[in-house]
Amino acid sequence: MTAIFKEHESDRRVTSKWWASRIAIYTALFIWMIVCLFPILWTITTSFKLAPDVMKGNLIPWWDFTPRWKGWESIGISPRLIGEVSTVREEFLKRFWNSTIISISAALLAVLLGSLAAYGLSRFSYRFGFMKNSDISFFFLSQMILPPVVLALPFLILYKSLGLLDSRIGLILLYTLMVLPIVIWIMRDQFHGIPIELEEAALVDGLGIWGAFMQIVLPIALPGMVAAFILSLVLCWNEYFFAALLTSSNASTLPVMVASQTGSQGINWWSMAALSSAAILPLVIVAIFLEKYIIKGMAAGAVK
Amino acid sequence: MNTDGDLLHTVTADNISDARKRLGKTMVWGSALLCASMAVLQAAYQAEHISIGFETWRPILYAYMLWATALCLAQVIVNGEKGKRTLFVLPAALFVVSLVIFPLLFALYISFTDWNLASPNGPQPNGFDNLYQMWNDSFYWNALKNMVYYVLAVSVEYVLAFALALLLNAQIRARKFFRVVFLLPLMLSPVAVSWMIGKSMFEVRFGPVSRLIREFGGEPTFFGNPEIARFMIMAMDAWTFIPFMMIMLLAGLQALPREVLEASKVDGASGWQSFKEIVFPLMLPVSVTAVVIRIIFKLKLADVIINVTSGGPGGATDSVTSFIFREYRDRSNVGYGTLLAMVYLVLIVIFVTLLLKLVSRWMERPA
Repeated sequence: MTAIFKEHESDRRVTSKWWASRIAIYTALFIWMIVCLFPILWTITTSFKLAPDVMKGNLIPWWDFTPRWKGWESIGISPRLIGEVSTVREEFLKRFWNSTIISISAALLAVLLGSLAAYGLSRFSYRFGFMKNSDISFFFLSQMILPPVVLALPFLILYKSLGLLDSRIGLILLYTLMVLPIVIWIMRDQFHGIPIELEEAALVDGLGIWGAFMQIVLPIALPGMVAAFILSLVLCWNEYFFAALLTSSNASTLPVMVASQTGSQGINWWSMAALSSAAILPLVIVAIFLEKYIIKGMAAGAVK
Repeated sequence: MNTDGDLLHTVTADNISDARKRLGKTMVWGSALLCASMAVLQAAYQAEHISIGFETWRPILYAYMLWATALCLAQVIVNGEKGKRTLFVLPAALFVVSLVIFPLLFALYISFTDWNLASPNGPQPNGFDNLYQMWNDSFYWNALKNMVYYVLAVSVEYVLAFALALLLNAQIRARKFFRVVFLLPLMLSPVAVSWMIGKSMFEVRFGPVSRLIREFGGEPTFFGNPEIARFMIMAMDAWTFIPFMMIMLLAGLQALPREVLEASKVDGASGWQSFKEIVFPLMLPVSVTAVVIRIIFKLKLADVIINVTSGGPGGATDSVTSFIFREYRDRSNVGYGTLLAMVYLVLIVIFVTLLLKLVSRWMERPA
């Protein structure tokens, strides 16, 4: 049946045009996919290569080179070394653990403070001195402009006199400050989307404003809070500048460890690749499984 | 938004006794007094006027936190129901004020001293010497000029991001797969990226890209030539941050009203026409938000530069942040570095304010 209609001259033109646009779209998609994936693939494969494989530029495992664990052995993670005591692995795990604790606590603290502030600003009108609601919001959001370098040196000196230099607490406080505007931005949008009638009903039923917030609003806003949390987590995990300035041996994070390895001459490519892969892997996993929340977080506020 | 009057009305009959009010005020002033007196004593100890004191200032920090907690609690004790409302915003406000305003004032003080952490004398106020030094510091001006280039690169990133968002919004299969893949670069830490791309893929001897160039008979230089090096930094930064703009634009595209697009199709608009006349104008607000936020992020650019080129060759890739970072790392020059940072902050504030003004005027203009 359909074949009869497709014989017609103009129909054929439309079909070929449709095919052309399909091919163009998928070609573009695949090109950008390669741009995005090739560096990651390159890093992960390099971590299993030996020096000659790196020199020859072999890319595909098992086909043009045999994967070896040499790179991973240099940070003490390989089937052979996993049972043994290894100082390099302890070092790596310490950094990894630092990164984990610092980014999770900073993100939690930021979500806690930020959601409260965003809720207050979206529901009540305040007056702190000359500042009204819109001024307070602007004050919070304007922190986004503040470049880290302005705060870095004063914090260095302050932390030195407070004994907070090279401590996790110090970094957690700074990271919270850094992501707080973003959290407030996302959460304000979330709370604007929740109808006030819900809380009014709760108030009529005898809850206080904090009770209404905890029992009615929080469960509804939870997906938004998860989005804000994940986004903060990513930013904190990747932060390098403050960590490089304010930590030395005790509390330094994974990015600092990666960076300190690149500084030395005659880098072992395989061990650097293993270290980089280990540093990016947690977030790659987060991206694959929690992509929905990341996108939700970034889309909030973009569309009014 | 309506800003006068609460959106969520509460009617409360608070009978707050005088004793309760007094208790609240005592808490606040008492802890403030404790904090202040501890600070004064510690300062005296550090200046060696008295012999007893703490080793570090940390106890003063605890006293300050006690005061902050007391201030929050006192809101409820003194103001009752109204105080409970204040309690939503107060913790965050206190947090930001104490972590931003105080260090900023401190920075203002440092920036007019000749403080070098390596020198034993400590800070000595030196008037406007740092400003004179800045005026003659060609590397700082060079870094500022580079920032202009870096910010201009945002326009190219925007075009690419818009194109990718359109692709993802088209009728395609495996949309979720492509979305995850396109998002991945944003997840990676700039430090890891600078090794993965800058130091290994674009390595001059063994990197895959230089091998490819040799194959075609070229001679690869990436970070030796100033222009190419700057372009490489831009490209790496773009690689990580294009997904950011792409996702904001994609969200905008998905929120476009379907009816308008269908109507234009019925009226016989070609793909390009409907993009130019409908999609792009409707996307303007989202585009502006995405670009402004991207510019703000761009102004903080440092990690990649510090790790790949450390500003070289000859300062061609230096951003202000990476320059100040090295000023501190190599010379421990805290006073001068802070002044540079403060000047940069002033410039940024002026620039962003002008940008926002321009944008809002341009958006309100009748089309």
